[in-house]
Amino acid sequence: MRIGSPKQSYAADEALFRTPTQWTWFGILLVSLALYPFMADQYWLYLACLISINIISATGLNILTGYTGQVSLGQAAFMGVGAYTVAWLDTHTGAPFFVNLLAGAGMATVAGVIFGLPSLRVKGLYLAIATIAASFILQFVFINWESVTRGMRGMNIDPPQVMGTALADPDQFYWLVVPIMVVMVLGAANLFRTRIGRAFIAIRDRDISASVLGIHLPTYKLMSFAIASFYAGMAGGLWAYFFGAINPESFPLLMSIFLLAAIIVGGMGTILGGILGAIFMTLTPEALRYGVDLLSPFIEDASVILSPVRTMVFGLLIVGFLLFEPHGLAEIWRRVRRFFHLWPFRN
Amino acid sequence: MQHLEVRELSLAFGGVQALRKVSIDAARGGITAVIGPNGAGKTSLFNAISGFYRPQAGSVWLDGEDISALKPPRRAALGLARTFQNIALFRGMTVLDNIKLGAHVRTRTGLLSALWYLGPARNEEIRIREEIERRVIDFLEIDHIRRQPVASLPYGLQKRVELARALAMQPKVLMLDEPVAGMNREEKEDMARFILDVREQWDVTVLMVEHDMGMVMDICDHVHVLNFGEVIAAGKPAEVQADPEVIRAYLGAGDAETLRRRIRGEAGAA
Amino acid sequence: MQGLIEFIEISLTGLGMGGLYALTGVAFVLIYKATRVINLAIGEMLMVGAYLFFGLAAGLALPWWLAILFALAGGGLLGLLLERAVIRPMLGENPISVFMVTIGLGSILVGLVELIWTADPRRLPQFLPDEPIFLGPVFVFPEPFWSFVIAAAVIGVFVLLFRYWRGGVALRATALDQGAAYAMGINVPRVYALAWMLAGMIAAGAGMLLGSIAGLSPALALFGLTVLVVVIVGGLDSVPGVLLAGILIGWIESLAGSYLGGEYEHLVTFALLLVVLLVRPWGLFGTPEVERL
Repeated sequence: MRIGSPKQSYAADEALFRTPTQWTWFGILLVSLALYPFMADQYWLYLACLISINIISATGLNILTGYTGQVSLGQAAFMGVGAYTVAWLDTHTGAPFFVNLLAGAGMATVAGVIFGLPSLRVKGLYLAIATIAASFILQFVFINWESVTRGMRGMNIDPPQVMGTALADPDQFYWLVVPIMVVMVLGAANLFRTRIGRAFIAIRDRDISASVLGIHLPTYKLMSFAIASFYAGMAGGLWAYFFGAINPESFPLLMSIFLLAAIIVGGMGTILGGILGAIFMTLTPEALRYGVDLLSPFIEDASVILSPVRTMVFGLLIVGFLLFEPHGLAEIWRRVRRFFHLWPFRN
Repeated sequence: MQHLEVRELSLAFGGVQALRKVSIDAARGGITAVIGPNGAGKTSLFNAISGFYRPQAGSVWLDGEDISALKPPRRAALGLARTFQNIALFRGMTVLDNIKLGAHVRTRTGLLSALWYLGPARNEEIRIREEIERRVIDFLEIDHIRRQPVASLPYGLQKRVELARALAMQPKVLMLDEPVAGMNREEKEDMARFILDVREQWDVTVLMVEHDMGMVMDICDHVHVLNFGEVIAAGKPAEVQADPEVIRAYLGAGDAETLRRRIRGEAGAA
Repeated sequence: MQGLIEFIEISLTGLGMGGLYALTGVAFVLIYKATRVINLAIGEMLMVGAYLFFGLAAGLALPWWLAILFALAGGGLLGLLLERAVIRPMLGENPISVFMVTIGLGSILVGLVELIWTADPRRLPQFLPDEPIFLGPVFVFPEPFWSFVIAAAVIGVFVLLFRYWRGGVALRATALDQGAAYAMGINVPRVYALAWMLAGMIAAGAGMLLGSIAGLSPALALFGLTVLVVVIVGGLDSVPGVLLAGILIGWIESLAGSYLGGEYEHLVTFALLLVVLLVRPWGLFGTPEVERL
């Protein structure tokens, strides 16, 4: 049982991890992330890379929707902007991959701020609808701006090169995507220890009293959009490098719903929620595929039902979590932790 | 010199005239109250001073500067802090984070250093934390609840946290909208003591809307009475209390002696 | 002259679609006014209605009029079910959560339909008259024409119902002030159920009409997104606004599709939506939300 952790200074009390136990767990997590590639096969490494990309994007969306309260159904479209920017730069300039990734994230940020402008006029639900519009308009651009995006044919991207080695396989790509993911998640966690993060939450909880405290709403709303789409752009760029090919259908509205589902399932407004949600939602389709494989001897064309079942399960997860566990997996995790804190003196 | 001054403010919503050429002022370092019956326009006046409502005519002056054209965040940055009648705390946050938000206007951390929590961001957070602990949390005796989510606190404590948040702004003028509404006797006395201490130790000007006559009579230096959007009387509490027009406004026609007693708050709150 | 006739023909086709937008928009506004829920699943409800009709008429080989009746009843039942099972437990929750719940519902319905009927496009059995229609020299496709007529008739019936029928009055009262309606002895939960049931029936009807014009596939659900544009442009809580916006957007879409190319249909409507949101977020006829402190 743990009963408290005395601190000597406010600096210690303001730390990201406030107890030795938390530091220990964080250390264990980093070590396992470093050891993982030596123990997992290509399939599980592939999943780890995909999960990392989704964690980046979901964390971005969580900053915007979970923390700032601005519902967005455009996250996938902003990923698309990042991916296309990377693809174009890769084909036309041959710049190093990290330059392309940053440029992709930067372009997505610009798009995010532009389509975030309606947030200055409208709130909540109206905004969600505006982001649907944004996502259709960007889709239109991907399809019809043929000279840049090659339209429906899509674009191919060579794997990123690090010192002459191409990071083509998941076991190599892992070393690129996981560190980026860790850094970006830590960045998000840091953000909410400072005035900017607090301003976001204030806007979500009560925008009028936020403005009476001197928080300039337009600035912070757009900043939240900018951060969310930066994360989306980075995730999209990595996605493009990882899969090596993109087309306008790579980033559909359904993917935005997928990401929204991830933060709902994981827990909106907690960093842990974005992570857990992305893991859970990435693994769910895999589990479904596995389940359908098991069924295939008994059902004709079992593979055909995979896609509808997946769509249905996404929906069921959204509805189920909102109805029964609105704070998501992060809350379940917290309850489990508390149980062990008090163990064995549970009341 | 008057610290906060409202000159001939008129405010209408559609056809309803909420405020009619209202002029009030708050002397530097004083505690000034705006009283009046329900619907007299007190909260509308506060909202106009904060900058939420755009008055059709008139102006608001802070420290001799016309702030009528500024939006709420700018007014806050100039040192105008307020609390709300129906508590407007951020329910998803802890007490400490709510209070830290009060320090928002006085901090400068930019996005990039915030993301890495390096150097300036870290120093600023710790500086703010120390200052809040020392000046606000100790002062208002809320150190036992600093890590609790505000939604879980009883009403009286929430009001105190809201005051703490306003103080963290280090305001020049502190506007309190019904600071003791809905409190029991003990909580009221605590709050009155805090308001007096704030004036002593923080060097702020207090402007408040209040229904509780006992409290207004006890701690205020100056009172403005609002009725149907118009200032009908102003002066020292005792003078205002005796003003026949005020008595009429509050209670309509009736037995003058009972009414006077009720205004003094002797026969229970009206 | 040929150009003018073509313009009129395109416009009339657009009006046909516009009638369907208006009709579905009415279903949407019905739910919004009564329960304050932004129902993003309206397109999916419409699609389910069309598939029910398909299943009954083509699958079970029922006569078309019986299939229509059953499909309408099925749509109403679906509305009732959604309200009872999912929306009512969310009462009083943050409107954004309720909104996201309807996104989830949409996803479930699409998955369900694809599971039963697969995602392949189908043809709805013919039930609208298919003789071409000539208004003077102007040729009108029969399906949009009859859809428009039916949509207009149904909307007319509903406007009368709201005005004079007891349930309609209860609905309007609840929309104006829930608390007061409760106090007056109106059974508010029943009004909620009624609104969702009627909306489900209207959506199912619109789905059958739309399916007979555009063919049947799960992509019909996307129609719901355009309806969303319609209700926002018209004003979320305004029936006349939605009727006008429905016609207007049907017309604009048809013009954009014919003169600029099919891919511009959605671009134009969504661009229009963004403009309206920036300039007049409460829509052409909606009531601006007054911020209360």
